[in-house]
Amino acid sequence: MKQNRLLKTVLFISVMAFIVTGFIPLSFAKDKLKVGFVYVSPIGDAGWTYQHDLGRIDLEKNLGDRVSTKFIESVPEGAEAERVIRDLAKSGHDLIFTTSFGYMNPTLKVAKLFPNTTFEHSTGYKQAKNVGTYMCRFYEGRYLTGIVAGKMTKSNQLGYVAAFPIPEVIRGINAFTLGAKSVNPAIQVKVIWVNSWFDPGKEREASEALIDQGVDVLTHHTDSTAPTMTAEEKGVYSIGYHSDMSKYGSNAHLTATTHVWDAYYTKVAQEVLDGAWKSTAVWGGIKDGMIKLAPINKKVPADVVALVEATTKSIADGSFHPFSGPVKKQDGTLVVAAGKQLTDDDLLGMNYYVEGVLGSMPK
Amino acid sequence: MNPDTLINILVATIAAGTPLVYAALGELIVEKSGVLNLGVEGMMLVGAISGFITMAKTGSLLLAVSCGMLAGALMSLAFAVLTLTLMANQVASGLALTIFGTGLSAFMGIDYTSVALGGVSKVDIPVLSHIPILGRLVFSYDILVYFSLVLLVCVIWFLYKTRAGLILKAIGESPKSGHALGFSVIGIRYLAVLFGGAMAGLGGVYLSVAYTPMWVEGMVAGRGWVALALVVFATWRPARVLVGAYLFGGVTIAQFHIQGFGIEIPSQILSMLPYLATILVLVFISRDKNLIRLNSPASLGITFHPENN
Repeated sequence: MKQNRLLKTVLFISVMAFIVTGFIPLSFAKDKLKVGFVYVSPIGDAGWTYQHDLGRIDLEKNLGDRVSTKFIESVPEGAEAERVIRDLAKSGHDLIFTTSFGYMNPTLKVAKLFPNTTFEHSTGYKQAKNVGTYMCRFYEGRYLTGIVAGKMTKSNQLGYVAAFPIPEVIRGINAFTLGAKSVNPAIQVKVIWVNSWFDPGKEREASEALIDQGVDVLTHHTDSTAPTMTAEEKGVYSIGYHSDMSKYGSNAHLTATTHVWDAYYTKVAQEVLDGAWKSTAVWGGIKDGMIKLAPINKKVPADVVALVEATTKSIADGSFHPFSGPVKKQDGTLVVAAGKQLTDDDLLGMNYYVEGVLGSMPK
Repeated sequence: MNPDTLINILVATIAAGTPLVYAALGELIVEKSGVLNLGVEGMMLVGAISGFITMAKTGSLLLAVSCGMLAGALMSLAFAVLTLTLMANQVASGLALTIFGTGLSAFMGIDYTSVALGGVSKVDIPVLSHIPILGRLVFSYDILVYFSLVLLVCVIWFLYKTRAGLILKAIGESPKSGHALGFSVIGIRYLAVLFGGAMAGLGGVYLSVAYTPMWVEGMVAGRGWVALALVVFATWRPARVLVGAYLFGGVTIAQFHIQGFGIEIPSQILSMLPYLATILVLVFISRDKNLIRLNSPASLGITFHPENN
């Protein structure tokens, strides 16, 4: 009798176990998700990669035991990237985020070989069945920081240390200029190209050159904290990019455009876990919580802060677009008339300066 | 362009040229002894991160400089053992040293990426630093800039006015004769290589502690190679090294100011200029055999075997 009961229990347990193990894969697409991240530079304390890593840490926190993450930093764009992405896919990562523009083709190549792995490529424009893309509407933050710069400048000369003349960077320069001009039509924006995403030495030299030429609010579209540090040293204002850079210049740093990937990474991982992921091209902004301003320096008057907050709200609810007409090119030709606004396609292919930017663009 | 801007450009030029002065003067002594060490870039990187870590931990510039020099010297010691004791090929060992130094410095710097330092304060001499134009132009740098000039004077004095300098040059010309006269060729070359390493390390410290007070992987960014080219550019004359270094620094700085003024030259061409200038000068000098023969150490890069002589 006793033996019989034992036998029954064993049988019951094994049947249950069979059912449970059989059902889990049906009810959940994945049990535990291995997520890989490929970074272009070291994580460091601030900057592009640092923001992505904050998102990764947040993802681990939100989904706890259901995910494990791995990152590989300082991966050069090109052939080396392909090897790293392939290794991640091979070692069983179900979801791989590749976080630099130059990883676009390597990501697509590897994605073909691993059709069951999900890939998400940041800042790219090519999708595939298992490759989605995502990026931020950086320009919304640029417009807001432009307002701060336009209000805080005394010399009406704003400086911009820029990396490469591609639409993404030009869009930022234009949005910043439009934002500043909206509150101070007299401003001019001086741009210096350093032809590098990350070269603190050059960024510093360019910042010094701008400050020497009368610039008193400096911003940058490069990855290091050198412009903020230079501004602090020279006693002018700075506006950071990517991350809150206030600890590198507590007097100089007015605010910063920061990208927040936290919610997005959690959302994508959850979708993959649920088996609900689909390849999309996400371009999120303030509305989606992907763009935020760093805390605004106390030196900025309350009315300016209020204006920035009001504009933030109207961008978020869609009642205002930073590229609302009339927008004029440098030479005065009208790009978009009053009452209209530039479309996403216009923005993605932007290759001209708006009125207020000095100098000509490198060809 | 107002005079103030011009002064700013000049001041920035001197600062940009200083790491080159250090590294190139060190390499000049090495090459004068007949050894070609292509590892300058690697030694500068290791010097930069060692100095940076010391500065971040202790806040003492003197310690940072000492550690950076020591690290550079240790790197060059590895090179010296390989090429002088083990008679390995100098070109290959030098290249290996650069590759090794790039990796080692990145590894040492993992925890220090994007850490910011306060930088090195500029000297402030009462009265002198406040003379309108001259004060900014001459008395407004940090201590390391002045030290590079002191070093230059010392190197000139050593090479042209001392017996030791004469011996060093003799060994660089003909190690065989030096050996026959009873000088320890290998020993003297060891000292020269160590000095070169320490100076490269110091150049690196200047970059990471004073010039851009932060650590970034690969931050020397080719300056080690430029320093090597500068030695040839200067036809192995220390004073000309200084001129070359400031020329190079000047072009680097000018490219940003030219852009700021809205002059229409593509910035890519400007970024290219310093390297283009180096190549042009190299070609120009190499065409004149006498120029090379007069100044270049005759046994440069040739391994010396004391036992065979």
